[in-house]
Amino acid sequence: MKARAFLYRRPGSVDEALSLLADTDGAQVLAGGQSLMPTLNMRLSSPEMLVDINRIEALRGIDERGDKIRIGALVRHAEVLESKLVAARVPLLAMAIPHVAHVAVRNRGTTCGSLALADPSAEMPAIAVALGADIVLRKRGGERAVPARQFFQGLYQTARDDDEMIAEVILPAARPGELFGFSELSRRHGDFATVGVAVRARKAPGRLNELDVVFFGSEATPLLSPSARKLSIDASLSDDSLSEIANSITKDMNPIDSHQGRGETKRRQAAVLLKRTLRDMIVRVAHV
Amino acid sequence: MSELHDISFTLNGKPVSATVDARLNLADFLRHTLGLTGTHVGCEHGVCGACNVLIDGRSARSCLTLAVQADGAHVETIEGLTANRAIADLQHEFVARNALQCGYCTPGMLVTAAELLARGRPGRQEIREALSGNYCRCTGYQAIVDAVEAVAQARAGSKP
Repeated sequence: MKARAFLYRRPGSVDEALSLLADTDGAQVLAGGQSLMPTLNMRLSSPEMLVDINRIEALRGIDERGDKIRIGALVRHAEVLESKLVAARVPLLAMAIPHVAHVAVRNRGTTCGSLALADPSAEMPAIAVALGADIVLRKRGGERAVPARQFFQGLYQTARDDDEMIAEVILPAARPGELFGFSELSRRHGDFATVGVAVRARKAPGRLNELDVVFFGSEATPLLSPSARKLSIDASLSDDSLSEIANSITKDMNPIDSHQGRGETKRRQAAVLLKRTLRDMIVRVAHV
Repeated sequence: MSELHDISFTLNGKPVSATVDARLNLADFLRHTLGLTGTHVGCEHGVCGACNVLIDGRSARSCLTLAVQADGAHVETIEGLTANRAIADLQHEFVARNALQCGYCTPGMLVTAAELLARGRPGRQEIREALSGNYCRCTGYQAIVDAVEAVAQARAGSKP
């Protein structure tokens, strides 16, 4: 099918873009367009106006700001994949990014666009939640930073208001002693995940402590496990014990049925992914 | 509410100027307005890869790009890549190995492979990953991967 008619504007500055969003009912931001354009082509959405931000220089770039890394609204998945700064300072993002889409889509799709869409099966929202990132929203005359852990509110629902746009996401850089793991299950590499898991932990001699475990793909929003946080995992645990721990953590999930499988199937898949991820992290603890 | 925009860009090395409807996608502009039907349209929602073109040297879905967004860009289609012989070796390998049957996916496959080969010497796994965003419903992919791998090796071998 073909898109319904819409107005198209290509502002040269953030202020101009924010004015268009404030003054136009039904205006939407067009960044990479890799999720927006399909919905237009299939007439699942028909905005009054597209505000194309692709020429706004201020929205580009991956920058180091002390112990934080800033990713601007126009940074493509391909840039994140190729970034030495991300590889060195945000290892969890570097682990996840090869799983995001396929080459041609990565060349245009953006990190912040993925956050704005809030697809439950997407990797970027899960990474933002696992790391405790801040999502910076701007509107005419105002700016606010929303913690990722409060930003995702439901299926494709976020804290962003219609007159706001994501200007950047601020990710905490890895601190000494932190360790990360990432794993997902998908039918074809690069496709949306059936279920996935992102983990951050603090390493102690022979142990993993302070676990942040995030499940995604299984429910409406990325789920940060409350019970994992209380655990301390001994690096000498057997495979069976590790499986038991992973199984108990997945009890936090509320997986929903979808065309990719029953909820309970996803819970079991998540347990296997988590066990493997923890095993891999334990191996790395032993080598550090 | 049709809205028209003037655009100018470089297409296959030559300047193009046109007036386009805001909602017209790049694939339809190339095919219907300019008559360049080498770029194929499959799914129209970014899944199949048949419509891949190069925008400023990087592969992109032309069904997920508006024609108006091409303004100021360098766009290359299968027609341009064929005419300037940039992928003549790749096309030769596709033919030699029967890496196509119906040929519908082939332009998109060639564009994806052209970008990959321009960026280094990919191994088999890398080739498979790069081509994972392109559907072929005939060949089962083996011959396509073989063809790209053969070109990667040949190009590496011919470099001093």
